[in-house]
Amino acid sequence: MIAVVQFGGSNCDRDAVRALEDLGFEAERVWHEDSLPEDTTGIMLPGGFSYGDYLRGGAMAARSPIMESVREEIEAGTPVLGVCNGAQVGCESGLTPGAFTTNASARFQCEHAYLRVENADTPWTQAYEEGDVIELPIAHGEGRFEIDDEGYEKLESADRILFRYCDEDGNVTEEANPNGSRGNVAGILGESASVAVLMPHPERAALPTLGNTDGRGVLAGFEGY
Amino acid sequence: MTTYTATVTVRLKQGVLDPEAETTKRALERLGFELDALRFTERYEVDLDAADADEAADRADDMAERLLANPTIHDYEVEVAEA
Repeated sequence: MIAVVQFGGSNCDRDAVRALEDLGFEAERVWHEDSLPEDTTGIMLPGGFSYGDYLRGGAMAARSPIMESVREEIEAGTPVLGVCNGAQVGCESGLTPGAFTTNASARFQCEHAYLRVENADTPWTQAYEEGDVIELPIAHGEGRFEIDDEGYEKLESADRILFRYCDEDGNVTEEANPNGSRGNVAGILGESASVAVLMPHPERAALPTLGNTDGRGVLAGFEGY
Repeated sequence: MTTYTATVTVRLKQGVLDPEAETTKRALERLGFELDALRFTERYEVDLDAADADEAADRADDMAERLLANPTIHDYEVEVAEA
């Protein structure tokens, strides 16, 4: 059972459950004040505006009691995927390094983005080849990845960058960077490859009826567990 | 116990881009103001009872560390005064 944690203000939780079910997973929404089901085999932190983005996107949710249970599950090897607001929660709670903060444009951006697969040797990217270009929607006001030099080098040297924003041909350029993220980073791994966060929305590009299924491979990362 | 007000000021670390401040600066310039730079800070005023000013400062420091600031992008400072 993949638990999709629903905070007050989450709004991609239903989409996530539907996409995961379409991939053949059992998934259900779990209200953040309830405890994780005993048969939890994966955890998704969905997109939205938990706690109205008070203080900073994800800041409040990151300190909510259910995150203690999420930490315990991570210790036990349970995979965790944070998407958009869930990625902000991941960084705010220290599950992943760095921070997702105000877009360089200072605007909320809802558009399609191209991503280059940087490391295909992870559960979340094994459906792709390194260098593949996929297209996923983004919808965020605070998606600019920030991290200090040391942290960035650590991510690079450990091959923990999953995706970078790029153009249609896979060129990682400033023009193709929608939000000013350092190194065009769109998604990263935690200390362990079982934890991943990304700002773009794979669950919004997973159902064949919607035309774009590029995100299915990311969600399929729960399979390896 | 004495009641103190701990003022926690949170600001972006030097070198971290501040798009909202940049946008505000441009808006001021459009209004005809001349300025070199503009920075945002967030200021929290926390009223609390503590045995002494040091204890009040320690507790406010902990609050900044654990929630009010994000150490990846923020610096912060704490000042304490009797309320």
